[in-house]
Amino acid sequence: MAKVTVDGIEVEVPNGVSVLQACEAAGKEIPRFCYHERLSVAGNCRMCLVEVEKAPKPIASCAYPVADGMKVFTDSPMVRNGRRGVMEFLLINHPLDCPICDQGGECDLQDQAMAFGSDASRYREEKRAVKDKYLGPLVKTIMNRCIQCTRCVRFATEVAGVPELGATNRGENMEIGTYVEKALTTELSGNLIDICPVGALTSRPYAFVSRPWELRKTDSVDVLDATGTNVRVDARAGEVLRILPRTNDDVNEEWMADRGRFAFDGLKRRRLDRPWVRKNGKLHPASWTEAFTAIAAGFAGRKLGAVVGDLVDAEAAVALRDLMAGLGSTHLECRMDGAAIDASRRDFYTFNTGIAGIEEADALLIIGSNPRLEAPVINARIRKRVATSGCPVGFIGPRGLNLTYAHDWLGEGGTTLKALVGGDHRFNEVLRAAKRPMLILGRGALARADGAAVLAAAWQVAAQNGMLQADWHGFNLLHQFGGQVAPLDLGFTTGIPADVQGLWLLGAEPPAMVPEGAFVVYQGHHGEAGAARADVILPGAAYTEKDATWVNTEGRVQRGRLAVYPPGEAREDWKVLRAASEVLGVRLPYDSLDAVRARLAEVNPVFAGPGFAAHGCTDTAGPVGDAAGVSDAAFASNILNYWQADVVSRASATMAECARTYLPQAAE
Amino acid sequence: MVAEMSTGTEFPQPESFSFDEESLKAIDTIVKRYPPGKQASAVIPLLYVVQRQMKRQTGSAWVPNKGMDAVAERLGMAPIRVYEVATFYFMFNMRPIGKFHLQVCGTTPCWLRGSDEVARACREAGKVGGYGQTSEDGLFTMTEVECLGGCVNAPILQVDDDYYEDMDYESTVKLIEALRRGERPAPGSVIGRQTSAPEGGPLTLLDVPGE
Repeated sequence: MAKVTVDGIEVEVPNGVSVLQACEAAGKEIPRFCYHERLSVAGNCRMCLVEVEKAPKPIASCAYPVADGMKVFTDSPMVRNGRRGVMEFLLINHPLDCPICDQGGECDLQDQAMAFGSDASRYREEKRAVKDKYLGPLVKTIMNRCIQCTRCVRFATEVAGVPELGATNRGENMEIGTYVEKALTTELSGNLIDICPVGALTSRPYAFVSRPWELRKTDSVDVLDATGTNVRVDARAGEVLRILPRTNDDVNEEWMADRGRFAFDGLKRRRLDRPWVRKNGKLHPASWTEAFTAIAAGFAGRKLGAVVGDLVDAEAAVALRDLMAGLGSTHLECRMDGAAIDASRRDFYTFNTGIAGIEEADALLIIGSNPRLEAPVINARIRKRVATSGCPVGFIGPRGLNLTYAHDWLGEGGTTLKALVGGDHRFNEVLRAAKRPMLILGRGALARADGAAVLAAAWQVAAQNGMLQADWHGFNLLHQFGGQVAPLDLGFTTGIPADVQGLWLLGAEPPAMVPEGAFVVYQGHHGEAGAARADVILPGAAYTEKDATWVNTEGRVQRGRLAVYPPGEAREDWKVLRAASEVLGVRLPYDSLDAVRARLAEVNPVFAGPGFAAHGCTDTAGPVGDAAGVSDAAFASNILNYWQADVVSRASATMAECARTYLPQAAE
Repeated sequence: MVAEMSTGTEFPQPESFSFDEESLKAIDTIVKRYPPGKQASAVIPLLYVVQRQMKRQTGSAWVPNKGMDAVAERLGMAPIRVYEVATFYFMFNMRPIGKFHLQVCGTTPCWLRGSDEVARACREAGKVGGYGQTSEDGLFTMTEVECLGGCVNAPILQVDDDYYEDMDYESTVKLIEALRRGERPAPGSVIGRQTSAPEGGPLTLLDVPGE
């Protein structure tokens, strides 16, 4: 530890931290542009100058290590002069277009120019002009505004793992870009917009849309992948205008995947905004009462079942469960992809290591998952671990994938998995030598005929290779959507019998085997195949439009909040179910959100707490399934089109543009 | 003012580039100089290899994008890292140049000794419009370079890899004409100076002690 005095405040900081960090520990704010705590130190903007006693010149605090007994001054005349000078240089080539700049109001340069700049410019010469670069459909560039802090270059190289951005040419002519024009091939490109301290990289869909002070900000959770990214939903006049990540070191650090960030325009298109009832083979607009009456008639005396989809909140799921129980049905299902998940124990279907736990792992085996497409933020965490520690990664799945980190391709499918269960595969040595080995099993690998066997085999690999320890649980199932874990916690695993006569689809696609003549209710926000098959359609609320509970792949229980009201007559799903129960004659016993949540905690106590805490594994008995039954077939991820993987993104124009850019062959 | 920097798109780029035998031999020697895992250090010498190969093959010493990609692949680097290096250094021509690269030193000692005249001679005899331009016959490209480190024999005109020293207007015209005829005059001082000794011969250390 080193004792440092910052403006007379004595702080103790670990050896090797920078002066800037010591100043922050003392509660002093240091202006900066290039420094970012999650990126490497560049030290090129010089804004973080401080004075150190006995040093002849001001020093760049972000790149200067502390020494014991150091006396730092952050507000001396030398520092103020230095910063004013740096700011003057930065502003020489920066255009004065704040009034038309999308960064205006949330711009580091604007804020710091107010605090540290001088009142007028002394610069009379011509400013330099830089051609704008094309970086893809999501990031808009106005390169005149670039102050060359190189945060974007470091983010792309270090965090996203796609070294495609760079600083070409030199001095006055230095430019940030890809040199050879191309769209950035990363699923994390939106983060470039966040880390850019000026308006050089801004959001293309959000261009000229709004000012930050006009927006109503609501803390919520992203559900378009299973990471459970903490987000802030910015809305104005009942319309979501953008979604930004919030910092949560246990989940997403401060990053966010592009689908979660940009797909929200799908919430305004192809929405179900009123109830519909099928009469004589055609759907007709109806009132809520008519719809509920039709359901009561359609369900009367029939064998019922309920299916929930991938983007359904826990409150709606528990209300549906109770409604079905009231109607005498226990046929509940949520695994519409056919994943053979064993929900008898929670650690069979969650990411037990935790996302932050990845940073403790020293060997990783990925089975049948492409984390880069299924959970880009978790993939960035894996990359961080591999880059900092050289953690070996074994991969079973398609050959030649670019996961953004080096991985040892072990094989394509079942054959390799069986070899690992046997214990004499070369990667077994690596796993056995590790102290904290972990594996990530993709949900896609379970969605096949031998899914149960794959699950059992993966568990056996975990158990036999030291992944299941009293203080370390290295078995992880990676889900794909934010609503996939909560229904597993609520017992939506009893299955739908083939002779079901009435079916309640809550945001779910109709199962392949819906019998002819079955009465189908579809409740949800986007109508795809489910709505087309439905006899009654009930409009529901999307994730930005309700106060709801979501469970991420770790099993972490998080609350999303209402940012805008649902369109038209659509209502929060549990309220729809509550209203329907009245007409169906099995009145649900809750009238408030608190009461629903109390009921949630009653059904499964995890909903009363945080849902996830670092845990070990003491019971190594595996899930049902015979590991020997694994077929030799290759594993294939069931997310091939990252940009259009769910109903919201399929309705999104932005995501359609991304699909056209990145997957020209897949776009319709 | 939009900077006149190349982005590699304003002129045709070759569709492919692969190292020829001579280059491959040179690369093997160069890469061996660096310890394993540090091969990226060889990026600058390899870019020279690309530039020389282009000179051999097309008569124009420049580095095309595909050439940089080939370097990146050979050294296991991301292509953008090679682009950054290549565009940073002035010595790599990012666009095609003429057969002869006339590099006029314009730094203070050369300028005081008459580099403006050398440049005028290049423009007039070589029929080049100015710095950064190529003559219509495709023979000469003129570039103003910073100090070539030959200040004692200023002004210097570097043609490709050769230094011609103690230049003035007439000697520059003669040199350019010789190049045009296909001759390659011996590099070095054009006034017969011995290396960087004083003009007209040594002035000190004339007697050898003990003789």
